[in-house]
Amino acid sequence: MALYWAASCGGCEISVLEVNEAILDVAGFFDIVFWPVALDFKYHHVAAMADGEILVCLFNGAVRNSEQKEIAELLRRKSQVMVAHGSCACWGGIPALANVTDRDGVFQRVYFESPSTDNPQRITPQTSTRMPEGEITLPVFFDTVYALDQVVPVEYYMPGCPPVVDQTLSVVEALMSGALPPPGSVVGAGSKTVCEECKREKSDEKKVRRFRRIHLAGDLDPIKCLLEQGVICTGPATRSGCGAKCTTVGMACRGCYGPPAGVVDQGAKLISALAAVIDSQDPEEIERIADGIDDPLGYAYRFGMAASSLRRVRVQ
Amino acid sequence: MSAQFEPRIIAFLCRWCSYTGADLAGTSRLKYPPNVLPIRVMCSGRVDPTFVVSAFRKGADGVLICGCHPGDCHYNEGNYNMMRRFPLIRKLLAQFGIEPKRVRLEWVSASDGDRYAKVVTEFTEQIRQMGPLAWDQVLSAPPTREPVESGVTAS
Repeated sequence: MALYWAASCGGCEISVLEVNEAILDVAGFFDIVFWPVALDFKYHHVAAMADGEILVCLFNGAVRNSEQKEIAELLRRKSQVMVAHGSCACWGGIPALANVTDRDGVFQRVYFESPSTDNPQRITPQTSTRMPEGEITLPVFFDTVYALDQVVPVEYYMPGCPPVVDQTLSVVEALMSGALPPPGSVVGAGSKTVCEECKREKSDEKKVRRFRRIHLAGDLDPIKCLLEQGVICTGPATRSGCGAKCTTVGMACRGCYGPPAGVVDQGAKLISALAAVIDSQDPEEIERIADGIDDPLGYAYRFGMAASSLRRVRVQ
Repeated sequence: MSAQFEPRIIAFLCRWCSYTGADLAGTSRLKYPPNVLPIRVMCSGRVDPTFVVSAFRKGADGVLICGCHPGDCHYNEGNYNMMRRFPLIRKLLAQFGIEPKRVRLEWVSASDGDRYAKVVTEFTEQIRQMGPLAWDQVLSAPPTREPVESGVTAS
């Protein structure tokens, strides 16, 4: 088994360790041959293996630079089964929100504009730098963030930010027993929506005359559906499998498990669900209610921008 | 803008009012530009925002949605559902860098043949002025403008 992290936060890695003592069973069953976050194997060790020598690779993180692309291609060649592990690998995840701009926009923000940056010499990463000892290099940072299957073929998609522990265990057990679904399947998740798992009370009435941000809505009913209270909740456009942990503790669903079975565009589905709770038949009032949502794209594609129909914003 | 640019417009027409209205425009021998590809749907409320983003992804320059006039929906509420989606669809498209005017919502009844022809003529002309959207260029852009060299070798 190989595990790798590309453009990700490390949460998926932690979620693997969160299986606690079961990690010993995993390590007993699989020979872990590559895991940069935990073990001291190098890229050249992987390159020296025969093609297909690795049974399964759990790849977390999106692909946003040339190093990540190259390692994805290397691990694909060496692995029989490639698993997109976590929402970044599946659909781009949070890093893919950078697809609202390009490399210049990201560098501008990160190296010059962010309030905590002090960079009077205006230094930005260079792919090649000449030093007295010789040339040193960095990977090329891409203009667009990609989901793993936009770079290499992927057998299984294991969503979540991060995947919840019991789902991770069920996938690892399936890998150990060989009882795998057809390639292309989403594993470690349900097929319906988060609403199916959410215990909050729902009605079919349209009630929203104003959308509210959850931290500014102080008078929320703890029992009722958040969306019906005007708080944007991605539950109706998000795959089940997490156990609706967020809505249970009073946080709106943010959509990390990606689109449910049969939904091609999670964000477009969310737009449809948001419109369905608006209580008005007057075009002007509807416009005003819709204007209460400052950033539809951010809600719609918080975890899935790279895999969305339009994939990225057009930069002029 | 190329003088030869012919807009590709996808029109979602509700089966009860607008498709019949488009039929009437035809049987009345009204002339309107041939740039619209009509797709018959059961109701404007059936037009999921997914259809709109898919149309633009697959090469449409404009999307026209036509349904029954408010109050006339065969299913009572369907056209209101579309009315509620529309501002959010436009806002989302604007964030992607797609001009909101590339998508248009119109109410066309079964007797509105002349209105259908007028809407299609106006919209085609408007999209022609705006020029091609060419989203395939956004999708096919290379990851980087720099050459990428391989660094990993076995040892």
